[in-house]
Order: sequence, then C-alpha cells, then structure tokens
Amino acid sequence: MSEKFVIIGAGQAGAQAVQSLRSEGFTGSIAMVGDEAWPPYQRPPLSKAYLLGQLERPRLFLKSDAFYAEAGCELLLNTSATAIDRAGRTVALGDGRKLTYDKLLLTTGGRVRKLKCPGAELPGIFYLKTIADVDALQAAFVTGARIAIVGAGYIGLEVAAVGAKRGLRVTVFEAMDRVMARAVSPAMSDFFAAEHVRAGVTLKLNTGVEGFEGSGRVERIIAGGRKYDVDLVLVGIGVTGNDDLARAAGLACSDGIVVDRNARTSDPDIYAAGDCTRHHGREGIELRLECVQNAIDQAKHAALAMVGKPRDYSEVPWFWSDQYDLKLQIAGLARPTDTLVQRGDPAGRKFSVFHLRDGKIAAVEAVNAGQDYMIGRKLIAEGKAVEAARIADLSIPVKNLIG
Amino acid sequence: MKRAFKATFIEDNGVRHTIDVPEGWSLMEGAVKHLVPGIDADCGGACACATCQVYIDPDWAGKLAAKTDMEETMLDFAPLVQPNSRLSCQLRMTEALDGIVLRIPKQQH
Repeated sequence: MSEKFVIIGAGQAGAQAVQSLRSEGFTGSIAMVGDEAWPPYQRPPLSKAYLLGQLERPRLFLKSDAFYAEAGCELLLNTSATAIDRAGRTVALGDGRKLTYDKLLLTTGGRVRKLKCPGAELPGIFYLKTIADVDALQAAFVTGARIAIVGAGYIGLEVAAVGAKRGLRVTVFEAMDRVMARAVSPAMSDFFAAEHVRAGVTLKLNTGVEGFEGSGRVERIIAGGRKYDVDLVLVGIGVTGNDDLARAAGLACSDGIVVDRNARTSDPDIYAAGDCTRHHGREGIELRLECVQNAIDQAKHAALAMVGKPRDYSEVPWFWSDQYDLKLQIAGLARPTDTLVQRGDPAGRKFSVFHLRDGKIAAVEAVNAGQDYMIGRKLIAEGKAVEAARIADLSIPVKNLIG
Repeated sequence: MKRAFKATFIEDNGVRHTIDVPEGWSLMEGAVKHLVPGIDADCGGACACATCQVYIDPDWAGKLAAKTDMEETMLDFAPLVQPNSRLSCQLRMTEALDGIVLRIPKQQH
C-alpha cells in the first residue's frame, strides 16, 4: 500500500519538503495543511519590497499552483491542525476532518511575540508576519503618518527603512543600547543606526515601551517615561516557535520542537523543520533558528530521512536584510567572546566584520560586500585557520585570505 | 493582464522549457513558477545565494543589463561558472529579451 505523508504548516520549509520528497523519489501521497489562505510564500519580502509596493502579491508565492498539482500534493489551506494522535497516526483538523499518516512533518513556523503592556490591544498597533498582516498595515502606512516602531531588530529596521522611503515620520523604540543587538556586532549596529538617522528616522535606544493610549485607536505611545503622539505602531519584538501541537502530543519540546541531526523528533515517525525546531547546530549547541536557510536545509534533511536516506545536518546558517540601498549578509553564528576583525571602512558604506574563534572564522557580517560574505561563508564551512591581520589588510584580495 | 514574453531554458541534459515570463519579472521567477528544473533560487531572488545561475546564449549576451558588483561577487563563488554566467534572479524580462535562450548548469550547489 502506498505511504501517506502529511506536512503541517504551509511555509518555506513545507514547500521545500514537498519538492525534496519528490526529487528523492517518494511516490506515496502528500498532504500539506496550512492555516493561512495562501499556499507557501516568501516571508522575507513582506517587510521589504512587498511593503514598499515594488513586489506584487503573485510574486511572493514560492511555487506555482501547477507545482502542487504535478507533485500530487493535496493543499488543505485555511485550516489548522488541532491535535496529533500518535497511537492512531492521525491528525485532527480544525474543520473536523482527520488525516491519517505514516510519517508526519511539522513545519509550523513561528508566531510573533506580543506586547502585554497597557493599551497593547488598541487598534492601530500592528505586527508583521503574514501577507494579511502587511495588507492590514498598508491602509495606515501612508505618507506623513507618524509611526512608532517597537523593536530595532530586522523587522523593525526594515519597516523603518520602507517607512522613511515612503515619507512616514518614523520613530524606533529599542529597549537595548544598540540596534540589531541579537544579530550583529556593535560596529555594525552603529553603522546601521547612523544610516537610519541620516534617512530621517528617530532612534530611541535604551527606551522600553510602557504602554499605549487612545480612544478607540492608538494615539500615543508611552516609552522611557515620556508620551509620543502616533498614528500607528508596528511591533517587531521577536518570534516564538510554534511547538504547541507537538507539545500537546507529548513530543520533546523546549522553545521549539526538539529534533536530531536528521530532523527527527522524539517520535521516530514524526519530523520537524524550520523556525519551529530546536536542533543541534553544527557546533553542537542547541538552538532555534529563524531563517530561510534553516527552513530550506532542514526541510531537505527531513525529506531525506523520511525516505530512508538520512544525512546529518550541519549547514552554515546564513541571513540577510535589505535596508535602503544596503544589503546586509551574515553567515555563521557569532558569540560574545569572538575576536572581531573589521575589513573595509564603514564610511565607504561597504565593509565587513569577521568573527574569529580559535583562529578560525566563526561568523561574518558584510554590508554591500558580497564577496567578503561568500568567502567568509565558505571558510566557516571549511574551518581553516585565518590570520586576523590578513583579514584587515585590504591590499590582500579576500579570495586570498588563506594562503 | 501584464504582457509576457518567451524564454527558453535548456537543462544540462538538453531538455528545453519554453515559458512565458511576465514583463518586469525576473527570469528566475518565471523559471520557478513554471517548474523549470535546476533553478533552485533558495533565497527567492535577494541575490543572496547564487543558486539560480544560467549560461546566456551568445546571441543574447549583448541585450542584457550589466552585472552589478553584487551579482559579480556572488557568481565568483557559484560552482561551474563560465564567462557567460548570470544569476537569473537579476535578469528582468523586457520586450528586448523576448525569445531569450538560457542554459542551466549541471548543479547549483
């Protein structure tokens, strides 16, 4: 009898899994369940080109409808999975249906962390994770509007950049002492902070948000003990992994569904991939990643394991962000104890920061310096020793860092 | 409805795929939407991954916009690069490219 695979979650990892299962020769049935109205789409452009109006909705979709038809993948959209019965090997859906499975893949992604301060439920306070979120935001995202952005992470700063371009009056509130503190080095934070200020964005660092006020709609934000008049608010304070379904089914979870190097959960017939997983990184440290790279690569590994061809996952993570005409590209995972080496001059708006650990490159952050990024990514994977002085020396082409 | 123009992708094994690409879309987007095999495009068009490489047929090379520095550097690290390599996410479909022919490398990773 033909095997039945069910994928819960119709995002980047889910789409990749369908493609990889078929390319690895799986001939059984595939059903993919998604709680949004859309088939899998790219989320990164939502806070960039899509919000800016430079990328129309049809271009967000990762695959054409024909792809799913040809792959024989049944798409069950607008419905969520409500429970997994591991003994009976069924998944219950919100619309009352039940799907049976031989193997199950969880690609449930993440959900935005919400503010809980007074007034946080007022209309006019937006979050950004889905097409629907951006479409809702667009109506208020108009030239001249005063927008308060809570959180200077990737989402907050990308929206700030789009807002500045579209003529909104942008203020960013960040509780920590620098922007993108979780993602980049202090030098990179300082560079991006200066670029935003130059574009007319007001940055309020070390400024936690205490609440919101307004009659029927947000009119003021209270932060750092002061009140600021606003027309709308965008909150970008991070994401939590959607592990509730797995947890309720008794699978091991710890801020994310715990998986091994083959993307297998604590149930040998249930796999998980993407933002929802807690996995062993290539350095042996448990982590949960929120990025396209992990969604794609872990989904590929899950598919391989599901068809009986497991391969250990140890890919180098990579990330990117577009703000104004700046392309930030990051590879590897930095640690606070790394030695930092800068290459190039931020004043030229093209430079990189290499993170050295035990004489090897552990991570690289590059602005408008694709070559530094790509070389760095390669050297991280290869784990070869590199001299700090050579990295900083622009007379040595980055290609010749080792040698 | 947007105008669309033809592009032909030829796989490494010689299989040809002639598809319609809407004006303004990248050739990568056209290939992905039409299930052309061998255009991985992991990053979705952000010029961040170099997995949508194509070889441009000589007749068409002169009709393309020049490579940006970013595309150039990303291509430096793609496998199987040739002088006529481009990243298809960086090539926008225009009327001038109607009928363009592109070959797909044996692998993108």
